[in-house]
Amino acid sequence: MTVPAPALQLVDVRKRFGRTEIIRGISLSVALGERHAIIGPNGAGKSTLFNLVSGRFHADSGEILLDGRAITRRRPFEINRMGLARSFQITNIFPRLSVFENLRCAVLWSLGHRYSFWRNLNKLADAEARADELLERIGLKRRRNVQAGLLTYAEQRALEIGVTIAGGAQVILLDEPTAGMSRSETARAVALIREVSEGRTLVMVEHDMGVVFGLADRISVVVYGEVIASGRPEDIRADAKVKEAYLGQPAEAA
Amino acid sequence: MTALRELSFEPLKFGRWMIWGCTAIVFIAAPQVFGSGFARALLAQTGIMIIFALSYNMLLGQTGLLSFGHAVYSGLGAYFAIHALALIGKGALVFPVSLLPLVGGAGGLLFGVVFGWLTTKRAGTTFAMISLGLGEMVFAASLMFPGFFGGEAGISGNRTAGGPFLGIAGLTFGPDIQVYYLIAVWTFVCMIAMYALTHTPLGRIANAVRDNPERAEFIGYDAQRVRWIMMMLAGFFAGVSGGLSAINLESVGSGAVHAAVSGGVLLAAFIGGVLFFFGPILGSVVFVFFAFALSEYTPAWHLYLGVFFVALVMFAPGGLSSLLLLNLRVAKFGKFRRLRDPYVGVLGTGAVMAAGIVLLIEMTYHRTLGVGTGPTVKVFGFPFDTMRGESWVFAAALVAAGSVAFEYTRRRFRREWDAIAVEIEDWRRDNPEEDQ
Repeated sequence: MTVPAPALQLVDVRKRFGRTEIIRGISLSVALGERHAIIGPNGAGKSTLFNLVSGRFHADSGEILLDGRAITRRRPFEINRMGLARSFQITNIFPRLSVFENLRCAVLWSLGHRYSFWRNLNKLADAEARADELLERIGLKRRRNVQAGLLTYAEQRALEIGVTIAGGAQVILLDEPTAGMSRSETARAVALIREVSEGRTLVMVEHDMGVVFGLADRISVVVYGEVIASGRPEDIRADAKVKEAYLGQPAEAA
Repeated sequence: MTALRELSFEPLKFGRWMIWGCTAIVFIAAPQVFGSGFARALLAQTGIMIIFALSYNMLLGQTGLLSFGHAVYSGLGAYFAIHALALIGKGALVFPVSLLPLVGGAGGLLFGVVFGWLTTKRAGTTFAMISLGLGEMVFAASLMFPGFFGGEAGISGNRTAGGPFLGIAGLTFGPDIQVYYLIAVWTFVCMIAMYALTHTPLGRIANAVRDNPERAEFIGYDAQRVRWIMMMLAGFFAGVSGGLSAINLESVGSGAVHAAVSGGVLLAAFIGGVLFFFGPILGSVVFVFFAFALSEYTPAWHLYLGVFFVALVMFAPGGLSSLLLLNLRVAKFGKFRRLRDPYVGVLGTGAVMAAGIVLLIEMTYHRTLGVGTGPTVKVFGFPFDTMRGESWVFAAALVAAGSVAFEYTRRRFRREWDAIAVEIEDWRRDNPEEDQ
């Protein structure tokens, strides 16, 4: 019996900007179907790590594997087509398109419509149905025809997640999905993330410890570009190094 | 009353076929209504400009690519077409003249493929600068290779070459009216094709790339590839317009690839507005009015076009199409009546101010360029003696009085306009369901 390849695997990944090494040899393995949270203080390199995995930047050395296939040198759209999608910490949508058009754009490639300029977009029933279904799931049905740039902050965050999951990617990276949200908005976002990550692999950078410990099957702690601990939530809670480096002072920051 | 009011502002909701039907009727009727040779020449120019400006807006409005070198594609397309026409004339090529725009389109497409590959790696300023450089390069090449570009004289052909259309006697495209209808058919077909393109997966993804190229890459699209394909298609349609121009003028010179043509199409697109598909169509009509009609009457047309452009960008940055739609929206909410008097005010005082400015400009031009024809210049049908102080005082007084009154009415208009905008926004916020 062969062990299935991890959904996402990083092997000694390094990245420097100028003379500063931001990612200092990170190795990480995320199993299929796992919800994995990455935590760490500001400036630890969490977002950079996401940028390396999603192809926004390229690692200086090391290897990144998606389902056992190397994606280290691939461009973002290639990685996306291989089944990995990401959201952004700072909302990154198509501001002049309507909410519906944002979602419809995000499903087009996965439905095989590619660069078609000979088909009528409004007659592509599959794209419309998928976009409307996503609209329902992220709770923006009533805002269907509003320009995305005019949505409230929380709505834009929901759309950000909608655009990310639209293509049906099996591995999803969410970069601080609840940042800047009120308590009730956060609760809604957590429920949404739990639902949409069902049956997929989720990697998430998050500062809200309530969210992290509520959602994650496993947690990795990144400090100064290195993973100092990786394990189940209860192990991380108990880990002396983590306590010292991060959860440190008031034991329950969240 | 209510029904009537809604009916009269139906155009926005009109069935698409109605809009295209009306467009077709305008195309068919226009040369009958305006029958003079000059008017028909203007109409033909307008059709060609519409295709050119719409193709330009595939880049600017739809894909977010600001090009300073669009004349490359129309101009080289025109050269391909005129060479083909010359070959048909010599009997070396058998090809219907009516389909020559396809040859132009193929030329535009070819250079869209080559130059698009070079220019679309980056959007923004980089793209704009490379397009400017390519435009200069092609213009320089047009002077270096007289064999293809025809040197000073350019290349000419005869559009009646190759026999009558479908063998119908007399249908040779020799007479102006026949050329007009040939151009009208091509314009109509190209308009529909380019409109349809905005409703395809590629067209929508081009909008996404315009809005946020980086995110487009994270939903599976290669932003550069999207820009490149849009360049090819825009090049094709620009080439078609060039091909029509070659048939229309029966001659193509290096002016066809000059930066002034690239600048002109940029102005036309902006005047009409790049946010809406039909914007460049309006812009083309206005641009042709300035560049081909007004230029017959005054050498100062460049100046008027410039002033008009600056005023438009300042007061209606979205161009004529945005202005039109904003007014239609006011009308849809039944508030246009409140704008009627303010409109009469700004347009009336604006006309006085404009008349004064035109008078000053015309007299100045006459003093510097037209002295040989005597001291008197005719403006709006009235003679003005440029040597007499009274003329200048009168013009200056018009400008001064017009400006003061205009500023006063403009502020009143602005207040009313802003108040209406706030009311509409409030209503939309309170009734999110009914919107759109």
